[in-house]
Amino acid sequence: MSPEQKPDSLMTAEGLRFDGRRPDEMRPIQMEVGVLKTADGSASIRQGKTYILAAVYGPRELHPRHLTLNDRAYLRVVYRMATFSVPDRKRPAPSRREREISMVIANALQPALFLEEFPKAVVDVFIQVIQADGGTRCAAINAASLALADAGIPMKSLVPSVAVGKAEGTLIVDLGDEEDKYGQGDVPMAILPNTNELTLLQQDGSFTREELVEAIEMGVNACRYLHELQKDALKRAYSKRATEEDDDEEDEEYDDDLETDLGEADIMEDE
Amino acid sequence: MAVYFQKREVVVPGQLLAEGRYRSSFGTWMDEGGKIYSTLVGLAELRGNTVKVVALEGVYIPREGDLVIGTITIVAGNNWKVDIDSPYLASLHANNALRRPYADDISQYMDIGDVIAAEIIAYDRGTGPFLGMKGRGLRKLTDGMILEISPAKIPRVIGRRGSMINMIKDQTGIQTMVGQNGRIWIRAPTNEILQLAIKAFKMIETQAHTSKLTDRVRQMLEEGMAEIQGKEPPSKDAVDEEEPSEPEPVEESADASTSLEVEEPAKRMEVEAEVEVVEDDAGPVAEEKSEEANETEESDTKDDEEVKEK
Repeated sequence: MSPEQKPDSLMTAEGLRFDGRRPDEMRPIQMEVGVLKTADGSASIRQGKTYILAAVYGPRELHPRHLTLNDRAYLRVVYRMATFSVPDRKRPAPSRREREISMVIANALQPALFLEEFPKAVVDVFIQVIQADGGTRCAAINAASLALADAGIPMKSLVPSVAVGKAEGTLIVDLGDEEDKYGQGDVPMAILPNTNELTLLQQDGSFTREELVEAIEMGVNACRYLHELQKDALKRAYSKRATEEDDDEEDEEYDDDLETDLGEADIMEDE
Repeated sequence: MAVYFQKREVVVPGQLLAEGRYRSSFGTWMDEGGKIYSTLVGLAELRGNTVKVVALEGVYIPREGDLVIGTITIVAGNNWKVDIDSPYLASLHANNALRRPYADDISQYMDIGDVIAAEIIAYDRGTGPFLGMKGRGLRKLTDGMILEISPAKIPRVIGRRGSMINMIKDQTGIQTMVGQNGRIWIRAPTNEILQLAIKAFKMIETQAHTSKLTDRVRQMLEEGMAEIQGKEPPSKDAVDEEEPSEPEPVEESADASTSLEVEEPAKRMEVEAEVEVVEDDAGPVAEEKSEEANETEESDTKDDEEVKEK
């Protein structure tokens, strides 16, 4: 990769960003579900040049045992960057930054999950950054929540996440690497779209009160857009598997099957 | 009162399914306002006024009464620890498996690596699953093979009151036990038939959420069996050799939720001699289950009435 250069200006005279986006425009995003065969659930995301894989294993037996939580499953998130994911080779040892981001991602995902259904077990989420171009923690949350859904972990909702930043006084959504490095600040956030709860909110750089409120608003809107993409990616993955010669004559037989399949006992439990 | 999904629609976590006087059940959650959302990727279903989502993925979570197929991983004093492909290691106490008196060293009956068919006799959030082997067909599995598929697909493999699994048995003449934990034990007369049966189970796994599956599997099996029989008649002899004069186990007790598949008696005796697996008080298991089913059905209708009254 060529040595990177600081762009002369992050914003053009026409009010566009240096890569030609409008301030509230996201980079092109592709999400895919079920990309890894051996994982219980997996997803990949490409967001601009950022490329991330997320794999979920479990719920499964927790080792080491002393981490066991008796009332719910333990959510173990490991965020790692490949050595080749950044221009200067990243040293392969886990860094302080990776450990912190792992924790931040776990905290962002946890409120959405019904971990209390699997006491004493563990849900492992492995996030591998293949190529980093800014916004990796947010992209990682997007991919991880898809992978969790793919693994069949019960959850309140998918968790979309995006960063809003500031460059030359303008609030901009979904920072690229240069905007992240040379901009004036950065507010990553994640939401639960059903309730508009924020599950992640960090900030670096300085924002006025008004700017921060507006930034959160822009972020929430962007998250809603991302949420649609996530839902689409999931449905795409599953309806593709479903369509194999699905002759849609309405059939008594199938419905009856489903009834017995789940066992009546399930339904009565909550009475 | 409104429902926001089509029948059998693929829904995603967080998708609004219904609001108003609906009841939330498996795969859904209800917020304070009475709105019901999905918690899983799956197929949404409305039955009466109960909304549920049939999962397409997921690990096996034990339930009392389930038949499971497990591997012994630890022999610990008077109990075995059994891997049942679930987040929790199951425990099988010697009292629940052997006829007393039994020797102090229980590893002489079953040892690490042995594969067993057992029943979950107790499980809740606090106490890990406990297994029992005092039931019809519950024993150490010494031959045949184990096929692993996704546990979420097992109900489809069994079918409505065993329709799918019985059809497969009738078509291929294999002996099989279907564990709710996604493991299927198969014993087939020939390798070709074994491969065919595996193909059938794999087909069910990949097409579990499509309709008219039983018919398609039957067709596939009929074609496959015709090919095997047409192609090589000597396989007939092989059948006779391996299975001397054994009638097919046609009688079936299992409904979908229990699926205690009946083993043919002759083979069972063999194994019994080998391992002291007690199987006497087996009959009631299936009966109990069907009674349970009836009960729940009754209460189901009762609930409907209640809701109407409200």
